[in-house]
Amino acid sequence: MSAMLILIGFSLTVAIIFLVAFLWAVKSGQYKDKYTPSIRMLFDDKKPSDSNNDNHDKK
Amino acid sequence: MASKNKKICYHCGLECPTDDIRINDKYFCCNGCKTVYEMLEANDLCSYYTIDENPGISKQDEIKRNFDFLDDSDLKNKLIDFTDGKVTTVTFDIPQMHCSSCVWILENLYKFNDGITFSEVDFLKKTLSVKFIEAKTSLKEVVELLDSLGYVPNLNLDEKKEDKVKNEYKKLYYKIGIAGFSFGNVMLLSFPEYLSFTDKVTSDMQMIFNWINIFLALPVFLYSASEYYISAFKGLRNKIVNIDVPITLGIFVLFFRSMYEIFIAGGVGYLDSMTALVFLLLTGKIFQNKTYDAMNFERNYKSYFPIAVTIMKNGKETTIPVDKLEVGQRIVVKNNELIPADAILISEQAHIDYSFVTGESQPVEVINGDMIYAGGKEIGEAIEIETVKEVSQSYLTQLWNSKAFDKKHESKIDTTVNFVSKYFTAIILTIASISFIYWVSTDMELAFNAFTAVLIIACPCALALSTPFTLGNAQRIFGRNRFYVKNTSVVEKLSELTSIVFDKTGTITKTAGASIEFVGKDLSEEEKQLIKALVRNSSHPLSLKIASLLKIKSNIKVENYEEISGKGIRGVVGDHSVKIGSYSFTSDQETEKNEAPVAATNVYVSINDKQLGYYKVTNIYRKGLKRIINSLKEKYKLFILSGDNDSEKNNLMEFFPDEEHLYFNQSPHDKLHFIENLQEQNEKVLMIGDGLNDAGALMKSDVGVSISEDINNFSPACDGILDAKSFKYLKDFINFSYTSKKIIITSFIISFFYNLIGIGFAVQGTLSPVVSAILMPISSISIVVFTTVSTNLVAKKRGFL
Repeated sequence: MSAMLILIGFSLTVAIIFLVAFLWAVKSGQYKDKYTPSIRMLFDDKKPSDSNNDNHDKK
Repeated sequence: MASKNKKICYHCGLECPTDDIRINDKYFCCNGCKTVYEMLEANDLCSYYTIDENPGISKQDEIKRNFDFLDDSDLKNKLIDFTDGKVTTVTFDIPQMHCSSCVWILENLYKFNDGITFSEVDFLKKTLSVKFIEAKTSLKEVVELLDSLGYVPNLNLDEKKEDKVKNEYKKLYYKIGIAGFSFGNVMLLSFPEYLSFTDKVTSDMQMIFNWINIFLALPVFLYSASEYYISAFKGLRNKIVNIDVPITLGIFVLFFRSMYEIFIAGGVGYLDSMTALVFLLLTGKIFQNKTYDAMNFERNYKSYFPIAVTIMKNGKETTIPVDKLEVGQRIVVKNNELIPADAILISEQAHIDYSFVTGESQPVEVINGDMIYAGGKEIGEAIEIETVKEVSQSYLTQLWNSKAFDKKHESKIDTTVNFVSKYFTAIILTIASISFIYWVSTDMELAFNAFTAVLIIACPCALALSTPFTLGNAQRIFGRNRFYVKNTSVVEKLSELTSIVFDKTGTITKTAGASIEFVGKDLSEEEKQLIKALVRNSSHPLSLKIASLLKIKSNIKVENYEEISGKGIRGVVGDHSVKIGSYSFTSDQETEKNEAPVAATNVYVSINDKQLGYYKVTNIYRKGLKRIINSLKEKYKLFILSGDNDSEKNNLMEFFPDEEHLYFNQSPHDKLHFIENLQEQNEKVLMIGDGLNDAGALMKSDVGVSISEDINNFSPACDGILDAKSFKYLKDFINFSYTSKKIIITSFIISFFYNLIGIGFAVQGTLSPVVSAILMPISSISIVVFTTVSTNLVAKKRGFL
């Protein structure tokens, strides 16, 4: 039965990682504009590095 | 490319008037477009033209704009989002944005100006955020760059509430994320209980499970559900039992009963039900929070007014922010510009279009020394005026001092769900108490169990979900049919109306000048001048229409002018005898021709007794008006408020037979008071208007709907924006809101039966966590499915989807 505890520990850790990833995604503004990125991904040339990583909330 | 004879502008896709403007095989319609192309080519940005075809914005009617006022630091601080002195962030509204090429070019602004470090488009909101380095460039240069590319930002001083909205949406996502996470994991750890494996799970193990569950449920209890507690508390303080009161009660009882079960009674508690409940409730909230990003329902006069004006200072033109405009300053107002403050005309003559203010669609002629009121629009050449009042004290802006604008007016209409929840809470508490009293003499613990179980099972999850899902879906369906409402409560309010007030110009009639054409031989310039000279004497709406069609100057003297009512006008213009009016009036033959009534009015023109043809004034009323009026008049009191004089009365009577309900010469204040009076007689009023002149009435009414030919245009503060194309569906929208309400009530009845079953268990004190964990989600989900499916079915049946 103790094997179950370890498994639960694992599953919770994985779940928490996903939760944190989700919260980070919200915080970094990925849910703010759900439409424009669909256009942006069609442009094939490079943008300057800072505009890719930059996000609004670090103003 | 384009066909051989007609060249299409490579930049904007308009037809080229000549073949002269070209670079190699690329043709342009004007030099403005060519300049933009050259700019793009010089910066190696020609992929602009490969992403979408002819993506540019025409520069044909280009006027030189002066952005000097952007150097004013006060004004600048109001426009930008943030600055630390070195780097500035600013967000522009750019309504011209329309395709992927626009996104591409606007996100590549840094290639034009190396002071710009970052630019990002939000396509649905039509905004552009730009970050630039103050040392290298300035706000003015950025705006000038956008202007030169054809993307003139819409600069106005509307309060920036963006940040607040942004945080709201984030909070909701955080809450739902946490609730969903906890819900899933608590459910997983509760499985042994569901499957009755309890004998195989040791009590140590069970205790560990319980501890993990508590650890998972705490953030949900303390954070995710917190807004329900706040709302319930606020409601109770105002002596309103809103739907959040029983919800809060349910969540609290669930949590503390679980604590009791786990630590004292040795059970597993109802934490799974609690997290599921919060998760489902928040999902409903997300569904309800649909907003139309590109639209703004809160505009006031400031968004109509220019933010800067051109003034004459020491004989030179400079621009200053409108806030700094003082009494006694000389302003230059150019063609199509708004008058920012009440002023006196210094120039010889001006034509002012007050349609914004009064709804009266015809330009008014003003001569030197006359007053011009704020909100009027200059038509024609530039004029000079001297201000006599401050912007905030001007006639039009005074409307905003009315108390209707003081605060967001709370609607007196009680929402159905709040009405129900009042009784619901009372009944549930009664049942809980009765079962407590029933058991208390036999078994104290059982009595306690029964009491809490009733509160748990009766938690109005289904009740709380039916409204957001039904109305949220209705809002979406409206949106697909070009009726955009501010929030879901507007849908509900639409079903409670008792009277409907229409504005005339722009609302039930189309915007002026759109519906007249000349049928007959082509008129020469001279003939046009003769006609113009004659119609100028008449204030008949048809004359005004013809005058506005003929955009030429005419100074010919008119003698022996005569207006024969019901027939037409005649006079001697120069040395020609001109007649304009009905067929028989303009013709020398006496035979009365049978003309088709009303649908189109034909105004015949004859010069020197020779008929040249007629102006065909096609139905200036909106399509389907008659049908709408007829279908609405049985159920609602209908009124028309018009800023115009009553010359249209007879035509209007065709649609509105009740003369009592037609009001003319209504000022914006009159309209506001009219709505107020109706409300004092306990009427629930729907106001349908368009311009700034209706702003007060729209604000005051229970539901204010602004009608618009182009939804991206400005419309005044309102509860909903209706695309003019969908005006004919007005009645269907109102009907649909009735149906939505019926669906809500049906789902209330369904959830009532669920509650009956649950309470059946609960009063006996035998509610096991399993029953609760099954019954609660099933009832909620079935309600969600029922409301969504039934609204969609009804919408489909009525042709909305």
